[in-house]
Amino acid sequence: MYRYDEFDQQLVNERVEQFRGQVARRLSGELEEDEFKPLRLMNGLYLQLHAYMLRVAIPYGTLSSKQMRMLAHIARKYDRDYGHFTTRQNIQYNWPKLGDVPDILKDLATVEMHAIQTSGNCIRNVTSDQYAGVAADEIEDPRIASEIIRQWSTLHPEFSFLPRKFKIAVTGSPHDRAAIKVHDIGLIIVRNDKGEVGFEVYVGGGQGRTPMVGPRIREFLPKNELLAYLEAILRVYNELGRRDNLYKARIKILVHQTGAEKFAQMVEDEFAKIDKTGELNLPNDEIERITAYFADPAYKELPTISADFQAKKSEDPAFAAWVANNVAEHKVPGYAIVNISLKPIGGIPGDASADQMDAIADLMQKYSMDEIRVTHEQNLTLPYVEQGDLYDLWQSLKAHDLATANISQITDIIACPGLDYCNLANARSIPLAQEISERFGTGERADAIGELKIKISGCINACGHHHVGHIGILGVDKKGVEFYQITLGGSADENASLGDIVGPAFTEDKVIDAIETIVDTYLDKKQDGEKFLETYRRVGLAPFKETLYAAG
Amino acid sequence: MATPAQAVTANRLNDGEVVYLDAAGNWAESLDESKFVTDKAEAQQLLEQGEKSVDDRVVLDPYLFDVTIENGVAIPVKKREHIRANGPTVRLDLGKQAAEPVEFKKAS
Ligand code: HEM
Ligand code: SF4
Repeated sequence: MYRYDEFDQQLVNERVEQFRGQVARRLSGELEEDEFKPLRLMNGLYLQLHAYMLRVAIPYGTLSSKQMRMLAHIARKYDRDYGHFTTRQNIQYNWPKLGDVPDILKDLATVEMHAIQTSGNCIRNVTSDQYAGVAADEIEDPRIASEIIRQWSTLHPEFSFLPRKFKIAVTGSPHDRAAIKVHDIGLIIVRNDKGEVGFEVYVGGGQGRTPMVGPRIREFLPKNELLAYLEAILRVYNELGRRDNLYKARIKILVHQTGAEKFAQMVEDEFAKIDKTGELNLPNDEIERITAYFADPAYKELPTISADFQAKKSEDPAFAAWVANNVAEHKVPGYAIVNISLKPIGGIPGDASADQMDAIADLMQKYSMDEIRVTHEQNLTLPYVEQGDLYDLWQSLKAHDLATANISQITDIIACPGLDYCNLANARSIPLAQEISERFGTGERADAIGELKIKISGCINACGHHHVGHIGILGVDKKGVEFYQITLGGSADENASLGDIVGPAFTEDKVIDAIETIVDTYLDKKQDGEKFLETYRRVGLAPFKETLYAAG
Repeated sequence: MATPAQAVTANRLNDGEVVYLDAAGNWAESLDESKFVTDKAEAQQLLEQGEKSVDDRVVLDPYLFDVTIENGVAIPVKKREHIRANGPTVRLDLGKQAAEPVEFKKAS
């Protein structure tokens, strides 16, 4: 795992003390809110409906048990005993007091964490695949590139005041678990004909008010040229991106209006001007230095299949169901990747109590070489579990209500905080997620429905990724009353697509029935082994429109 | 009889708590203690009074919002203000509702 060097630690410590001074000056009146607001946002502090909200970065979603315990400690000491894991691989606290925030940041700094670049028009926390380093289909660990980008972009003077915020995601597998095509820049690690490893580059994807799937602008970028090429993209954007209109400021608008081909050419022109032997050159030894941080842990030699594990699976169907849904194939024989669902039936997606965080920290130490990942689908992943430990782990998870067997099922819902917390919301998101979850539950029916990703946002900012939900739900406000618009057929994986609006929005009391109608229509139309998205792509919107609106 | 009225709300600077301007010009934590006004000029005055406490570093972003007074109880017109006055609808143990369930909670 990456460790701060002295420079990182000093920088973070300085930032904490700087912010302490800024808070003191705000409270004493030396700073007006207009002056203070950008400063607090740069430190991840927002004002929400009921209180301040602090967003803490979890770079590429990786945490040690020590860090997880610190997150629990902060929830207990300064907040209301829980935290909310988000789609940006962050954790948010919903109730901190302004005067406490410098202390929170100081506590975080002791475990190499901070809230820098979680807000503001800078390059945000880089996101990556939660299966990084352990996926069976991985070409190379995407955290290496993520870390290189993080070091380059952290407080980069040229890019601290971009036209708008800037999000980069990296995946190292052909199966995209990091939604890279809906990011400002998405990178896929690929191998070319010559067997060299490099990047396929996508740019201008995004969600929000104007959702777009990013086009590819480079088929193969050699590894050593990564930063020079990113710098070229950002220079073009910094120069031409619109600063006059908030809604047109993201790079996606620039790419769309310029045209992908022309934009790619502009980047290449800029790229040609950059001195690639200078500080943007990535020498192999520097790549190796960072790669070493992400070296494989000391795996044991284990049999490919643990006999004990197989026996437990046939003895205990509940365990078998959990394994089928929540456990993924590991690149090393005898090991498993374990997903911990933060979507208990009827619960709040992404929330974890301080006690749960502590329990998870214990389990990380005991079963997963002290490491966990936060996923963009608001779940957690234990990357290094021995098959032989799975049964014990499952029982411990059950004791803390963390063993819901529903990964990628209809109840594994992404929901933004919505009107229950968010200042910008039009409608609530969480109660819908809870009702859908209650309606479908786990077990036979949920298994028959299979993979179905529902994503809910409380407004057009799309923090809940509704555009790329197989079923997307968007909260809209009609004269102070909550309405919900449904889209179908979105996807955030390697075949990314944006959902199609199914028709007029539904009221709160009709929307859950509408979801059920959609599910029933799918089950009716489904052919052998087809998943929801496959059926939708084959039959289109019409049959769903019909069943949803026919009764009138 | 339902009477439309307005009140001024804001978030307190030091902890973000939702507060309401009361008749004495203080910021109260409960909507029940808020001052309600029915005429435009009064509403403007109340808002200006609220804005002064931004300079005094007591609150952030004061604004007017609509309520309906029914049998002496003020019910916010918008869901958003219901939720601000009570707390998250998904965690009844948090926010103002945790201390003291608010009467209009069930109204919609
Ligand atoms: C709580 C206060 C929040 C505020 C004020 C907020 C604000 C915003 C805004 C204004 C946008 C649109 C930006 C644009 O299109 O230029 C946005 C997008 C987004 N936010 Fe949030 N958000 C909040 C919470 C969250 C949460 C909880 C999550 C994760 C669950 C999240 C993740 C995202 C994502 C993934 C996007 C869209 C991706 C994109 O940038 O295109 N946000 N947010
Ligand atoms: S989508 Fe809208 S309602 Fe949901 S968290 Fe983002 S800004 Fe708030």
